Amino acid sequence: MGNASNQLPPEPPRVDADGERSAPVVVDTPSPLPLAMETKTGTDEELETIELQILTEAVFRRYGLDFRNYAVASLRRRVRLAMMEEGAQTVSGLMERLLHDPPAMERLLLRLSINVTAMFRDPGFFLALRQKIVPHLRSYPFVRIWHAGCSTGEEVYSMAILLQEEGLYDRCRIYATDMNEVALQRARDGIVSCDQMQEHSTSYLRAGGHGSLSDYYTANYGHAIFRAGLRKNVVFSQHNLVTDGSFNEFNLILCRNVMIYFNETLQNRVHKLLYSSLRRYGVLGLGRKESLRGTPHERDYESVDELERLFRRPK
Amino acid sequence: MVSKVQLVVIGTSMGGFRALESVLGGLSPDFPLAIAVVQHRGTDVAQSQLSRLLQLKCTLPVNECNDKEAIVGGRIYLAPSDYHLLVDEGRFALSVDERVYYARPSIDVLFESAADTYHQGVLGVLLTGASADGTRGAARIKQRGGTVLAQDPRTAESPVMPQAAISAGAVDHVLPLEEIGAYLNVASAVHR
Repeated sequence: MGNASNQLPPEPPRVDADGERSAPVVVDTPSPLPLAMETKTGTDEELETIELQILTEAVFRRYGLDFRNYAVASLRRRVRLAMMEEGAQTVSGLMERLLHDPPAMERLLLRLSINVTAMFRDPGFFLALRQKIVPHLRSYPFVRIWHAGCSTGEEVYSMAILLQEEGLYDRCRIYATDMNEVALQRARDGIVSCDQMQEHSTSYLRAGGHGSLSDYYTANYGHAIFRAGLRKNVVFSQHNLVTDGSFNEFNLILCRNVMIYFNETLQNRVHKLLYSSLRRYGVLGLGRKESLRGTPHERDYESVDELERLFRRPK
Repeated sequence: MVSKVQLVVIGTSMGGFRALESVLGGLSPDFPLAIAVVQHRGTDVAQSQLSRLLQLKCTLPVNECNDKEAIVGGRIYLAPSDYHLLVDEGRFALSVDERVYYARPSIDVLFESAADTYHQGVLGVLLTGASADGTRGAARIKQRGGTVLAQDPRTAESPVMPQAAISAGAVDHVLPLEEIGAYLNVASAVHR
């Protein structure tokens, strides 16, 4: 202290008790402006990391959407794609738009929350379900299944088809949840593009399908509409794994390729939620490259199929 | 500051298996760095044998990467089919986002995320391939201060991919296939 020229801002004009201004303080040397602002961060990427944190915080406070614990690498990539789409030069530029223009936030939400999936994605997984899990499910008079993060529903219909072919569907209720209402509505509609039907059919057969996938939909103007009977026992509902809690006890929970977008903190939270939502002998199915290693319930499961990532809660 | 290599990323497409055999097979048994590999491939069952087949040719352990797997030196991590492989701080991350240039895994996605995380500590290698994938990622590595090698297109089964990156000015060194392994050994020795 003591260097008058560094005092910023200048003192306001003094006002005497009677309201009259006293003589302004004259500073004979003007305050020098710093020539270059020193920054604490070295590189553009470090700056971008700060911006990303501020963006997720701002989105949370403005819209209540919590992406603060999403895995950084995918989040950064998706935000950059959104910047290109919105014509923003920086993350901060995108943030300004998001905060003032809710439709821009809608578009980002789709980008951040709709995960790409397919009918019978990873046929080996559905084959293992059919061969190893279905026999166990038969022993129950009523079976509850939770498909957490079902996105646009392709794997839900895959499951419904599988259960129908195994003669188990009428005893089952599938709760198909996702945080994104747009994705859920597509799932409810049960309409997929015919473009990939050939691939889907191949996967269906490799997953042990008994007939032909075309038995389950009608093609119409380039779209395949699944038979309404397939969603008879499906409850589509909004549920956010980041903020919402457990809502039932299940015999089988699928949560595939959802937690890959979460950081470890959030992943661990979701693992606790899933574990507490499984009944005794309940089965958890993860994505083909997701592991229980390092998660809070790593030791509380036994493996049913190591390769296809099916785990049982033994007690 | 001397830039030390912390992570090697390799991208290849058509003809990639033989090129990978040559490069990875040429690494010294005590190669100290982690190597992440994207090889374009289909999603059918036979393709998942890639890591097993490569293991037959390398002394370093090869595995298909799991989500959030820690990055450990001296190991080779293959991007699983039908997933993008990304690099986060100290860990790998997977995504099922849209394909890039019809490919998942995508070389650009791996290279860009590696450059964003390890900056000048990234050494990128583009091998044979008939795709435009890899050029953007190579440019990002260079932009962040890392180094990019390309296989000499004349020695490549398919020259398109390395040539695209060279033409875009995104490559530091062009080497014939059989010299790439040796280069990596030297670059990693500087690291120690």
